[in-house]
Amino acid sequence: MAKFTLQFRMEYCKGCELCVASCPKHILAIGDEIGAKGYRTVTATDMELCIGCRSCALMCPDNVIEIYTEGD
Amino acid sequence: MKPIFTITEGMLPVSTSYCPGCTHGISHRIVMECLDEAGKLGEAIGVAPIGCSVVSHQFMNVDMLESAHGRAPAVATGIRRVHPDKVIFTYQGDGDLASIGMSEIIHAANRGETFTTFFINNAIYGMTGGQMAPTTLVGQKSTTSPDGRDPGAVGMPMRMSELIASLDGAVYVERVALDTPAHVRQAKKAVAAALEIQEKRLGFTFVEFLSTCPTNWGLTPANALKFVEEKLIPYYPLGVFKTPERKEEAV
Repeated sequence: MAKFTLQFRMEYCKGCELCVASCPKHILAIGDEIGAKGYRTVTATDMELCIGCRSCALMCPDNVIEIYTEGD
Repeated sequence: MKPIFTITEGMLPVSTSYCPGCTHGISHRIVMECLDEAGKLGEAIGVAPIGCSVVSHQFMNVDMLESAHGRAPAVATGIRRVHPDKVIFTYQGDGDLASIGMSEIIHAANRGETFTTFFINNAIYGMTGGQMAPTTLVGQKSTTSPDGRDPGAVGMPMRMSELIASLDGAVYVERVALDTPAHVRQAKKAVAAALEIQEKRLGFTFVEFLSTCPTNWGLTPANALKFVEEKLIPYYPLGVFKTPERKEEAV
């Protein structure tokens, strides 16, 4: 099971790809889903590889990404 | 499940009006995170500018006022006179602060007004459609400089942090960028430091953010970040220009 979970607040995503560009593991991509604002929204391709570095959340201008880790 | 990154309460649960990839959202968030972490959301008063961030009061969960174009420092000065105990900041873009508001910011800094100014420098007028700003780079194309900025006609781009740092009233001046996660972390430290120095009421505090305008630069958001790294940072060097300890040796 993946150690980290990304929660996307999709209603805010504008598909700008800043998270995609900043992910060091290249596991974020713009998917086929069209969000509430009419943009194609972000999706995670392989959460097993996520290292919880927060780069995506730091670069997201629209407060889309929240990150959780298992355990306490 | 333990949260390691959650959205601060300082950002209201609404979608911003900014273009996709605009770094206004990042600077909004880190200012609000710093106020939130200091427990000052309820004691902060912000002054919004004219520009794209004219509606920032709809996104930031603090008390805010709207000022006339460029006059945010004058409004913040007034707020400080009647609220000596509050956290006061202005949030201004480069068209607002460095052009029409040049007089207000210089005099507020020179008086050593004890509020913090967050200066968003994206080297162009965003809201009005990409006109040349005082900070537009030499050769950079805009709707009013279609062949690129010509320094012979309009002069060189203005470095506001260096200008503010030369004034005795300013005690903390730093320039940061929002192009990489590392720079965003540094930017947050700068905001926290400026707000902490404001608490001591030592003088004027100023943080400049090198930001992007993908729409008016005609670049994708990711390429706009590269433009910041390759073009803006070489002309506008990052760093701390003044701290209360280093006041004497400054510019």
